[in-house]
Amino acid sequence: MSHILLRHREIPDLHKFSVYKKNGGFSAFKKAVTKMAPSQVTDEVKNSGLRGRGGAGFPTGMKWSFIDKNIWPHYVVANADESEPGTFKDREIMESNPFQFLEGLAIASYAVGANVAYVYLRGEFWQIAEAMDKQIAEMEEAGLLGDKLFGTDYSLRIYTHLGAGAYICGEETALLESLEGKRGQPRNRPPFPAVAGLFGKPTVINNVETFTNVPMIIENGADWYKGIGTPDAAGVKIYSLSGRVRKPGNYELPFGSTFRQLIYEYGGGVQDSRPVKAIMPAGASSSIIVANDKVLDTPIDYAAVKTMGADLGSASVIVLDDTVDLKWVISKTLKFFKHESCGKCTPCREGTFWMNNISKRMQQGDSLKNEDVDLLLNVAKQMQGKCLCALGEFSTMAVVTGIERFPQEFNRA
Amino acid sequence: MSLQQKYSKEIKQILSKYPPEYKRSAVMPILHLVQKDEGHISKESMQEIAALLDITETEVASVVGFYTLYQEKKAGKYRMQICTDLPCALRGADDFFKQVCDHLNVKDGETTEDGLVTVEHVMCLAGCDRAPMFQEQGPDGIKYHEYMTIERVDEWLQSLKQLEAGEKR
Repeated sequence: MSHILLRHREIPDLHKFSVYKKNGGFSAFKKAVTKMAPSQVTDEVKNSGLRGRGGAGFPTGMKWSFIDKNIWPHYVVANADESEPGTFKDREIMESNPFQFLEGLAIASYAVGANVAYVYLRGEFWQIAEAMDKQIAEMEEAGLLGDKLFGTDYSLRIYTHLGAGAYICGEETALLESLEGKRGQPRNRPPFPAVAGLFGKPTVINNVETFTNVPMIIENGADWYKGIGTPDAAGVKIYSLSGRVRKPGNYELPFGSTFRQLIYEYGGGVQDSRPVKAIMPAGASSSIIVANDKVLDTPIDYAAVKTMGADLGSASVIVLDDTVDLKWVISKTLKFFKHESCGKCTPCREGTFWMNNISKRMQQGDSLKNEDVDLLLNVAKQMQGKCLCALGEFSTMAVVTGIERFPQEFNRA
Repeated sequence: MSLQQKYSKEIKQILSKYPPEYKRSAVMPILHLVQKDEGHISKESMQEIAALLDITETEVASVVGFYTLYQEKKAGKYRMQICTDLPCALRGADDFFKQVCDHLNVKDGETTEDGLVTVEHVMCLAGCDRAPMFQEQGPDGIKYHEYMTIERVDEWLQSLKQLEAGEKR
């Protein structure tokens, strides 16, 4: 099957305006603005079954329909903060197929009546942002952004905004805080961004990959998209495959593919032909799945990964082979979360700090102390369900599932 | 020269992105301008930015302190920020980091004797499939260097040194 999102793999130079336009580019945006009412666009996306690709998997069309129509103006924000260890898919989209993403963002803006949209990129994506400013300028010159588009009353402007190195800004309310020029610390919810988001106004926030699906859905219709994937999850997903595989990289597969296909068919198998010991399907935030034939051969969608005791998240699949020590894995994820905790809520700020300390001790010590393992598990479980946003919860996932599912590595077997 | 004089065109362009009553949003892009040109954010710059955006100096400092790409202290002209997070480490990033430190005779966070490069380890940079990798933060903004080996690091260092020699001439 040819790609829907990573179309640049078949079409050379798709990142160039003229090439994208020649290959059907912007016809979906034109169709939406000139032939469809905003609510029809939202309904089409709703009916397509598209779910958010940033990690939560929330139905996209439904998210758009929640926007408060009594308060104006509306904003749309693209979450291009891609910072989850193991995730590098949005980067490829923006580097190689940026106009499809921008077109999707434009269509979403029309659907919710926003005249201004922002792309919030992690600060490290400096060069991508520079290129995107030029791409936006090209769209303005071609009359695809600006005032009275396609002879209608609809106007739209898109602006880029660079973050500056903070994982937490991938959390949507922290992102909004950051976009307002503050420290990126999550907000209390409610109110949800659909009611009070950017600058206190109703706001829709979606991931880059989510938007990139939209032009094809408008072009080919909801039924076409729904026909791909599984009943639980329509369409295609980009898997960022990393860790101990021969060919790490992004692979766009329909939902319903298996980890075996991903790792062996696409990823070329495990380095040194070792067996897969464990899979982290959602990056450093992931629960650790014990790899066995059943796990490897189960068709993947959101529901299926749940039955494995994990979440699919943004599908950043980190592969661990039998040479990898789980204590070391946990020390790596904890170091990350301790560094990235925003410090706003106590369980996360203190919990990640102390878990990291205990884990460091476990790594350095000559012999693993049982009371350290108990203490680590104890701190992790005290944090669960008590943090303001998902970061604190995420920091406990590898810890708890690592110890519980690989007890022999923690002297607990 | 004041920031407003030095960057009048850029600042005007940045402010045009946000509603006039929310000009505080411009704080991060303006800090990026200063960071890129001066290699760090001085107290004086923070004061000026605060005045420019009608916020307190403390609010600007809280933003500078929160985000890792704003540096309060001067360091080498180029910062070599090596990712040693889990996916990169599974592909040899910890060893690569040690090799680089040994090769340049520095420890984590230290600067080479000639003042050119500061080596530090950083969190995930979304380059997991091209590890080992690092980002260069310096006068040209931020650039990625991927599929790294010590030989390729040397090539990069040579190019920086040539650039330096050219600038001094």
